[in-house]
Amino acid sequence: MSEKVLMKGNEALAEAAIRSGCKMFFGYPITPQTELAAYMAKKMPKIDGVFLQAESEVAAINMVYGAASAGKRVMTSSSSPGVSLKQEGISYIAGSDLPCVIVNIVRGGPGLGGIQPAQSDYFQAVKGGGHGDYNLIVLAPSSIQEIVDIVHDAFDIADKYRMPVMIMGDGMLGQMMEPISFPDADEVKIPEKPYATNGTQLKRKKNIVNSLYIEPSELEKMVFERYERYKKVEENEVRVEEYKLDDAEYVIAAYGTIARVAKTAIEKLRADGVKVGLIRPITLWPFPKASFENVAGKVKGILTVEMSMGQMVEDVRLSVNGKCPVDFYGRTGGMIPTPDEICAALLKMKEGK
Amino acid sequence: MTNEFVIAGFGGQGVLFMGKVLAYTGLVSDKQVSWLPSYGPEMRGGTANCHVIISDDAVASPLIINPTTLFAMNFPSLQKFENNVVSGGTIVIDSTLIDKNEITRDDVKVVAIPAAKWAEELNAVKLANMILLGAYAKESKAVDIDTLLKGLEKSMPKNKPELFELNKKAVMRGYNM
Repeated sequence: MSEKVLMKGNEALAEAAIRSGCKMFFGYPITPQTELAAYMAKKMPKIDGVFLQAESEVAAINMVYGAASAGKRVMTSSSSPGVSLKQEGISYIAGSDLPCVIVNIVRGGPGLGGIQPAQSDYFQAVKGGGHGDYNLIVLAPSSIQEIVDIVHDAFDIADKYRMPVMIMGDGMLGQMMEPISFPDADEVKIPEKPYATNGTQLKRKKNIVNSLYIEPSELEKMVFERYERYKKVEENEVRVEEYKLDDAEYVIAAYGTIARVAKTAIEKLRADGVKVGLIRPITLWPFPKASFENVAGKVKGILTVEMSMGQMVEDVRLSVNGKCPVDFYGRTGGMIPTPDEICAALLKMKEGK
Repeated sequence: MTNEFVIAGFGGQGVLFMGKVLAYTGLVSDKQVSWLPSYGPEMRGGTANCHVIISDDAVASPLIINPTTLFAMNFPSLQKFENNVVSGGTIVIDSTLIDKNEITRDDVKVVAIPAAKWAEELNAVKLANMILLGAYAKESKAVDIDTLLKGLEKSMPKNKPELFELNKKAVMRGYNM
């Protein structure tokens, strides 16, 4: 591991991507993720990579589509309104079975919304976002070191399953600094990409990247095959942190930034004798259903806390399937629940109000 | 042991950099740290603040509700955060810009230093922030001066040693009162 340095989440994410073999970045500036693009602009020319500030988010995601087609490790990043603009391209990339990494440093919405941290793009990230039957793998780190570690995996998983992977942070994670160290640079192994449209050299048949299947039976077959792969992702790639669940009578479900605030709340509640644990989904898709199934029959209730009006709470409810009460507490628009607010919401649930 | 610092002032007074120095000071003493800036419209002029946590344990929420120490570099910042400081905590002010008598709390330690004035005397008007850090190291015992200087060194670009020397001078001015 390298020496510990303080780095902003946005910059650490960019550096980790470069160390993971990302050679191409296409983006368009937007607060609160701009430092990521700025870091890429500075570093990419030095490593013989490409940084391009596109004329719009729509252009940027289509450049990602092109670079992924050519077999390159490629990334784009934006924040909520910009990620909405990218949705058409993301659907095409998913429909063409191409790997790439898309970063969303979420801010308050809808519309232009605000620039403060939020988690109100959960539905967009895990339930489609663009049109058609498809999923993204969605990773939600909660510390800067976890960002660094997860970025490397994001590129590998994207290549392994030929899927777009989204890293979902928020303004707080993007802007804050924490000590991080990078794993020792061993050689990045990028798998062979026989589907890449990188020139036949007259040695093979030409490759065609496409998401158009005009014959319904053919399209259905493609989608079926894709969902077989999704099944494998659900079997192999679920990530979750389970915290103080052993003796827990109540569980807080939270991801990303707000999971950290929840941990402070849990310490406070435990100091008052209320046994609370935490389930923190790290993959939002595939969702860690089993963790919730396991506690559903044992605990008195689950409180989902989000910086939204309640989005992940639907997946929590689906996972526990009525076996225990599920309550919700959230702030939105860039407001962040405080530990005291979370404690109060949990005690309210406990007292059955 | 956890120290929670809120540093607040006008944009341009170096509150984010002060926070960075404190965070690196924590880092070089093997503590867990976090640094969270305000990045709203205040960045474009107006007030700015940052939250720094230095802790023996992993930092849970990086957002500070009740700081153990408040650095107030102007009056609006004092007004905004004074009542949030924990009882027994510390408020450090630049007394060139804030009248010490404006502090209404009597359950906190007050460090009042005419940092802007001293900075002007040093011919380094932008380094009032470092003078306050030095004074804090002297008065608080929470941060020791050698570690603070190490943190400062880590926060500076390596290729500009003269900048470090200048900042160090300002820190020592505050430390020696």
